Amino acid sequence: MYLQWIELVYSVLVVCGISTVLAILMVIADATIGNYGKKKLIVNNDKEFEVEGGNTVLTTLKEQGIFIPSACGGRGSCGLCKLKIDEGGGDYLPTELSWITKEEQKDNIRLCCQLKMKNDLKVTVPDELLEIKEYEVKVDKIVDLTHDIKCITFVFQGDDKMEFKAGQFVQLEVPEYELCEETVYRAYSISSVPSENKRFQLQIKYVSNGICTTYVHKHMQEGEIIKMNGPYGDFYLTDTDSELIFMAVGSGMAPIKSILMDMLERGINRKATFLFGAKNTDDLFLVDELKSLEKKLPDFKFVPIISRPEESKDWNGETGRLSEILPKYLKKPENTEAYLCAGERVIISYKQKLMELGIPENKIFYDSFG
Amino acid sequence: MSEGIGVFGIFFAAIFTSNILLTLYLGTCSFLAVSRQVKTAVGLGFAVIFVMTATSALNWLIYNFLLKPFDLDYLKYIVFIIVIAAFVQIVEMVIERVSETLYTALGIFLPLITVNCAILGVSLFMIIRNYTFSQSVSFGLGSGVGWMIAIIAMAGIREKLANARIPKGLEGAGITLIIAGIMAMAFMGFTGMMGLS
Repeated sequence: MYLQWIELVYSVLVVCGISTVLAILMVIADATIGNYGKKKLIVNNDKEFEVEGGNTVLTTLKEQGIFIPSACGGRGSCGLCKLKIDEGGGDYLPTELSWITKEEQKDNIRLCCQLKMKNDLKVTVPDELLEIKEYEVKVDKIVDLTHDIKCITFVFQGDDKMEFKAGQFVQLEVPEYELCEETVYRAYSISSVPSENKRFQLQIKYVSNGICTTYVHKHMQEGEIIKMNGPYGDFYLTDTDSELIFMAVGSGMAPIKSILMDMLERGINRKATFLFGAKNTDDLFLVDELKSLEKKLPDFKFVPIISRPEESKDWNGETGRLSEILPKYLKKPENTEAYLCAGERVIISYKQKLMELGIPENKIFYDSFG
Repeated sequence: MSEGIGVFGIFFAAIFTSNILLTLYLGTCSFLAVSRQVKTAVGLGFAVIFVMTATSALNWLIYNFLLKPFDLDYLKYIVFIIVIAAFVQIVEMVIERVSETLYTALGIFLPLITVNCAILGVSLFMIIRNYTFSQSVSFGLGSGVGWMIAIIAMAGIREKLANARIPKGLEGAGITLIIAGIMAMAFMGFTGMMGLS
């Protein structure tokens, strides 16, 4: 009996002892092999930061207040966080290569969520990305536009304000709740005008089980404080005189509404047509507001189009698909720029149609969602 | 029994006549998965050699000085696995530091060395066969080198195979297992030169 106890105690001691020794060994290894020390991060040959080595370039930049767009949050599955690394990048990693083309490799373009800070690094961050900041904003108002689209007004707090161009988007941070275990970011186009820089509006359509849309539609309360960052994107008006054709469906109206209101404020008198598609009259919204722009802007036409008109309701506007109606409103394709906002597949079909009608590819701009 | 064969004998026998992979078929999981390119195969090979040699030495000391004198034989499985797991962690840190490319190429198979049965197998064989310390180390080293030779040979063949026309149903693991079988038969040619029992 006594001997058995001794054996039991001894076996516990041996296992614990060995584990402790190994744990100490690993702590030492972590502090020596795993410790990369302080590294220098030089941004645009101008700003120099001293940062902790070993982390990814994406998180390191974020810690320094520089936000790089990344839809996947750094898992290497969206390919958005490409940056030019001028020095210290080392070899390409297998996880990067599916996103980086041969030409980009020649330019030292890297996926900065995969690249780690192991050496001093020189990186080029485009100027517009340096403008991106993180803000805490208050949810001011939530308004139903249709049965599944809400317009949310956010207000900046304190002295915060955001300068942006009409057509750009922001990323909302969704806090942890029942559909997501960690914070995630989702991008939405701003639908309000840039001149109002203390507030902004988003139009968000409910998608069943969508992490952010469910949060916005089912959980978000007026008065709530939420984190967002921005502005992002290069979907804004060019500085030319050519005619404009806008095409959007559903909540894709947001950036185009912003662009149109901005044209009004800044007195841009380019000829413009806005083809806006919806399933039926219940899915149409802000029709009166956009119609009223026809009177305010010198040469603007708003064309709401319904794809499945109901028999019970009066509808004397256009019916059908946007690409079928398009030729009727496109008079001078060689002198027209097209701005599209819709889902990815819809964009591809519109783009094809526009090119068939004679608009050069480099004059077609788009913002795709979903 | 173990006195009859010298340290060098064990080393060469572990590589050729009793190759842990091709005669005992231990450690086939990562052998099949990481043998697409010679470069990564070499990397994983070195990692396995290091872990095998170090753990066989450490486990021999622990077994003979801590477990055996107190009749704690039954603890050997859990103790051996803990030691192996800790070593793999350290190797992982070293590889991440030295070559990020190799680190991402090996991916999940690096931590999976922990449960690579060839490594636990080496530690258990040396106990069963009553090896001395130096014999154990050379057995661990030899088995590691043998495993590496096998995976490099396989990777070399598979690189050539990438351009070959393979019947649809045999692509991937299927053809690799058949090749491993043929390689095992080739290694049978060494048996009779010397033997480990």
